Parts: sequence; structure tokens; C-alpha cells
Amino acid sequence: MAVYTMKEAKPAPSTSKGVVFWLRENLFSNISNTLLTLLGMYFIYTTIPPLLDWMIFDATWSGTKEEVVKEGARWIFIIEKFDQFMYGFYPEALHWRPNLVAIISIIFVFFIPRLSSIKIKFVSMLLYPVVCFILIRGGLGLEVVGTEKWGGLMLTILVAAVGIIASFPIGILLALGRQSDNMPIVKTLCVGFIEFIRGVPLITILFMASVVLPLFFSDGIEFDKLLRALIGITLFQAAYIAEVIRGGLQAIPKGQYEASESLGLSYWQGMILIILPQALKISIPNLVGSFISLFKDTTLVLIIGLFDILAMVTLTNSDTSWLGFEIEGYVFVTLIYWVFCFSMSQYSRVIERRYNTDH
Amino acid sequence: MNNSKLPPTSSGLFNSPQNRAIIFQVLSLVVVVLCIFYFVNNMFDNVAKRGITTGFSFLGETAGFGVSQALIPYDDTSSTFLDVFIVGILNTMLVGVIGIVLASIIGLLVGVGRLSSNYLIAKLSLVYIETFRNIPILLQILFWYNVVLAALPSPRQSISYFDSVFINNRGFIMPDPIFESGSSFILVAFVLACISVVYLAKWASKRHDLTGEEFPLIRVSLAILVVAPLLVFFITGQPISAEYPALKGFNFKGGITIIPELLALIFALSIYTATYIAEAVRAGIEAVPPGQKEAAKSLGLKEHVILRKVVLPQALRVIIPPVINQYLNLVKNSSLATAIGYPEIVTLFSGTTLNQVGQAIEIILMTMAVYLVFSIVISVLLNWVNARMEIKGR
Repeated sequence: MAVYTMKEAKPAPSTSKGVVFWLRENLFSNISNTLLTLLGMYFIYTTIPPLLDWMIFDATWSGTKEEVVKEGARWIFIIEKFDQFMYGFYPEALHWRPNLVAIISIIFVFFIPRLSSIKIKFVSMLLYPVVCFILIRGGLGLEVVGTEKWGGLMLTILVAAVGIIASFPIGILLALGRQSDNMPIVKTLCVGFIEFIRGVPLITILFMASVVLPLFFSDGIEFDKLLRALIGITLFQAAYIAEVIRGGLQAIPKGQYEASESLGLSYWQGMILIILPQALKISIPNLVGSFISLFKDTTLVLIIGLFDILAMVTLTNSDTSWLGFEIEGYVFVTLIYWVFCFSMSQYSRVIERRYNTDH
Repeated sequence: MNNSKLPPTSSGLFNSPQNRAIIFQVLSLVVVVLCIFYFVNNMFDNVAKRGITTGFSFLGETAGFGVSQALIPYDDTSSTFLDVFIVGILNTMLVGVIGIVLASIIGLLVGVGRLSSNYLIAKLSLVYIETFRNIPILLQILFWYNVVLAALPSPRQSISYFDSVFINNRGFIMPDPIFESGSSFILVAFVLACISVVYLAKWASKRHDLTGEEFPLIRVSLAILVVAPLLVFFITGQPISAEYPALKGFNFKGGITIIPELLALIFALSIYTATYIAEAVRAGIEAVPPGQKEAAKSLGLKEHVILRKVVLPQALRVIIPPVINQYLNLVKNSSLATAIGYPEIVTLFSGTTLNQVGQAIEIILMTMAVYLVFSIVISVLLNWVNARMEIKGR
């Protein structure tokens, strides 16, 4: 009597599974696809190995300038000038102060949102900029370092941070003003400001701030060059933030406004407790996008004579014993910007998920 | 009865929202007017104290400096600051137009490449976008100008193609067309060809509505546009010739030279803006519901017909608004040319002219006004396109 024994399942045919199948499906499905793949491979072959050779295998990492082999990147230059790229002309003995500010900032960004007490949150938010300012500039017994000595990555981050933090409340007010239908004069003022700023390039606003702004104030008031740039950048960023938040406000259903009114909340109570938290949550991706643009735009301060990290490339190259190292300088600065911008966009995805309340 | 916990019900001035709105508006208006008054007052004081002249009479004065590229006749001994202003605007527009065309082409290719079924191409497009979008545009401009273009050979060792196009560190040099008498007929022929193509398109679409028959419009139009002017070119005895550049001494004489500043600016602007356009194109194509494509396929339409008649018209509605915003950004970013000295409006006017004349307020305001006009024109264009693209219920 024949007994039925189960047979082992046969593996799927190689035409519908496995590496070969994947390659055929994704890279060589037809003639034009194969041509594109070959083109892409040729492109990778001509760019990646020489780039790796230049950046890593043929590169010079240590030794003196005289021992440098010409073929690869001469990172020895970056190592030599590293302090200038990071701090500009900030006195070397005082580098611990910006370093401390960096540590405080990291703690601030990562731990403040996790605090449960609103009072401690509020107080630390007020204290944070004051402490940072005193640490970097000096005063209260610390040696004062004038803003003309600030530079490098430190200045880049500082300009971006001030621009982001200071423009945020102004941007919210502008967005609310633009949305206020029962106040036509306020609305017109806000629309005028936003559209004017958004219509012109940042560079003309920086020129305006550095050349025209001092004319607007009477003689007694002196403006620091850095402060003027910060005012220009803050106004510029506020207009862009306002438009992003307006988008968030428009996405809030009308019922939410009506609900807050029916609870007897005043305009500001309703805005702060109900509307703005939702609007800001919706706006997070666009807000981070706008912060990334601002971080990239800080490079423009070099045109009005501040020494941010990009300006340091030219400046370190004007040292007569270190001429002709532009490429290394530009590549180094490119990597720094790329890492910052890319991690900001990744961070935005993280907080987007954290604040996502749709379950 | 204890009513003390209830809000006051008096009809006081501040309790009605209307009154509050009016009071708030009057207050903010007063603050703004006072600020402006304070600024303008100080401004006149400061201007008088520093002995700065005011007004726009400086526009009539002779500029007296050279400009490395001018699209209108410019001469450093007789041209005025007004000419400088116009040269700057035209140079900005030149960068804008070339940059927009190049960025659109690269952006379209990369955006479609991002959705390619070819794994390698899709990943390469992604790497392109993530790399160039995260590097500041000013850094890219400086890199092209100070590193890539500076590494080109000197005029004597130029890279040359067919002995008529030369590339060296002074720029990109190509033949200059010379129009002799009779060449205007070619222009006329070209204009006539364009008009006839427009009418042909109208006729073809009407015929399609009536009979459902397709007319090979693109092929026929291209043929008309190429053949008609070519025919006239040979009939009138080839009236267009070219002046070829030639090496004389240390540099090239003759031909058209595209200066390295312009090249660096256009490379950087179009490569950077293309990353944003590519993302817009991808988002637009992904926004078309897949059911549309499947429905078209089930009707038996061919792949390219589906793309042209079903996917693209719907995708364009999503693609065009952000892309036009990117065009505006490109024009505004062209102001960074001032870092490498390409003679556009900011370099020439907020830079050189401001240094010579010193009238900061007038000059900065005029520069801003130029960009505001560009912005308004582009946003009017955007609204017009949006209105035309709207879904029309029938």
C-alpha cells in the first residue's frame, strides 16, 4: 500500500527570487534600463575611486608642510588651522568658554523638552541666552572678548541660533496679525512687512542693516557690526517663519476656533492653549526646513565682513606660509555644513514622530 | 446672591471685541508711525551732519568705471550711473533666464530619475539631491569659481573644440554670429513658422475633439520650425556667418566670451536649484493617484500617451507652484554674485556705485525695488498659471 509522504517544498525558481532575480528586475529589465545601469556604473567608477584616493588613501594627515605629497588632500592644513576654523580669532586661552556654551546648548536642546515642570522650563529658557551671552562675551569678572574676534563655526552657529530663537516670537505675531480679519490695519502692516522681506534677497537686507540702519538712529546709539547683521537676519527669518506658521494656522479646522470660544476662552487663551500648539505641530517639517535654509544662509555674513567658517577659508589661505590650500578648506567647510544640515533634517523626522498624536 | 465670581457684565469700553480691535489697531498704527517718524527724522539729521547729498540726480553723472560684461553699449568714459543700473538689471536677468532653463532640465531629469524603476539611477538621483541641497549656495559659487574654473588652463593652453570653441581660465569663448543683409528674412520666416505652429495646434486639437484622430503635432511642428528658416537661409544666399575667435598675444580676440564669473554662477545656481525642482517634480508625479494610470492602461493607451495625456496634466498642477517659487529663489540667489564680482545689480549698484556715490539709502532702495518688481511679476505669472491649470468642471 502506498503511503503518502509529504515532499519537501522545492525552492522557488531562480527566475522569481534571489540576487539574480533582483538584479534582473531592478537593473537589467530591458535594453534602456540596462543602458542606464551601465551609464550609472561608469559614472560611479569615474568619480568614487579617485575621490576616495584623494580624500583618504593619498591624503596627508600629519607631518610638516614640507613633507606633504602633492597628490592627495593635505589635511595637515586643516589640522594646523583647526582652531581658526572653529573659533576665529577668539583668544586660545579662553576657548573653554564657547566649549562650555556648546555643552550647555546640547543639554538644553535634549533635556529641556523632557522636563515636566513648566516653571523650571520657563526659567531655564530665560536664563539660557543670558548665561551663553555672558560666557561668550565676558563680563561679571570674566575677561571681555569683543565681537570682532568672534569667528569660525562658533559665529556661524551663534548667528543661526540667534536668528532662529529671536525670529520665532516675531514670526508668530506676524502670522497671527496676517490672519486677523477683524483688524484690517494690523493685517495690512503685517502683509506689507512679510511680502517686502520675502520679495528681496537676504543680501540686500544685510546691506540695508549694515549701511542704512545706523542712519536711522541718533548719534548716541552705536551698533556693533555683528548686532546689525543679527537684526537683519532676524527680520528676514521672521517673515519666512510667519508664512510657515500661517500655513499651520490655516490647516486648523474652524471648529477648533469655535470650540475655544464656546469654552469662554479669550483670544490669547484660545490661541496659546488650543490653536497654536496644533498649528506649530503641523508646521514642524516646514519650520525645520526654514531653519536649515537659515543655517545655510548664515554664510552670507561674509559679504558684509564677518568671519564665519566660510570666510575662514579665504582668511587662513592668506597666511603666507600656507598658500594654495583652498580646496581642502572648501571641502572641510562643505562637510561641516552637510553634516549639520543633514542631521537637522533627520532630527526633524524624529520630533515629527514624537509629537505625532494621530494613533 | 453673590455675583462676585461672575465676570463683570458692564458694557465697558474694553469688553466689546469690536472696541478692542479698534483700540489695538489705533495703538499699533501710532507706534508704527512714531517709529517711522523717529527713523526719518534721525536719517535727515545724520545725512545733513555727514554732508551726504540726497536725491536721484547722481543717476545722470558719469560712472567712470569699467564693467566686465554689458548687454547694452557701455563705455567707462561716457556712460552714466543710470546705464550702470540698466546693465546690472540686464545681467541679473541673463543669469536668471539661463539658470532657470538649466535648473528646470536638470531638475526634471533627476526628479524622474528618483522614481525610476532602475535601482541604481534612483539611488544616484537621491544622492545628488541630498548632497547639493545641504551645501550653502554661496559655498558652491565660491567653489566653482575659486577651485574648478581657476584650475582651467591659461589661454595659450586652451581646451579647444573644432578650433572654434575654446575653454580656458578667462572663460568660455565661442564664435560670434554676424548678420549680413538678408538675414532679417530668416527671422521673418521663423516668426511665420511659429505663428503657423500655433494655428496648427489649434486645428489639431479641434480635429481631435471632433473625430478623435491623433495628429503627430510635435514632429510636424519641429519640422516646420527647422525647415522654414533653413530654406530661407539657403535661398537668400547664406547671409549669416560667424566671426571665429583667434589667439592674439596672451588672449583671444573676436568671438563671444562668457566670463568665468557667469559660468560659476550659472553652474552653482542651476545645480543647487535643480535639487529643489527635482523634489517638486517627484512629489507632483507621486500625487497622481495610481488608479489614474491603471485606468488609462486598462483603456489600452500606450505608455507615452498615458504619461502625456493622463499623468503629466495632473502632476503639473502640483509641480508648477513650488517650481515657480524656486525660479524666484534662483533670481534672488543670483545676488550672491557679488562675492565673485559678476556684474549684476547688487555688485554694480549696492557695491561699486555705493562706494563711489555714498548715497546708501537711495541705492539700496533702488536695488530692493528691482527684486520686488521681479517678485511681483513672477507671482502674477504664478497666479495666472494656477488659474489656467485649475480643474474645470464641465
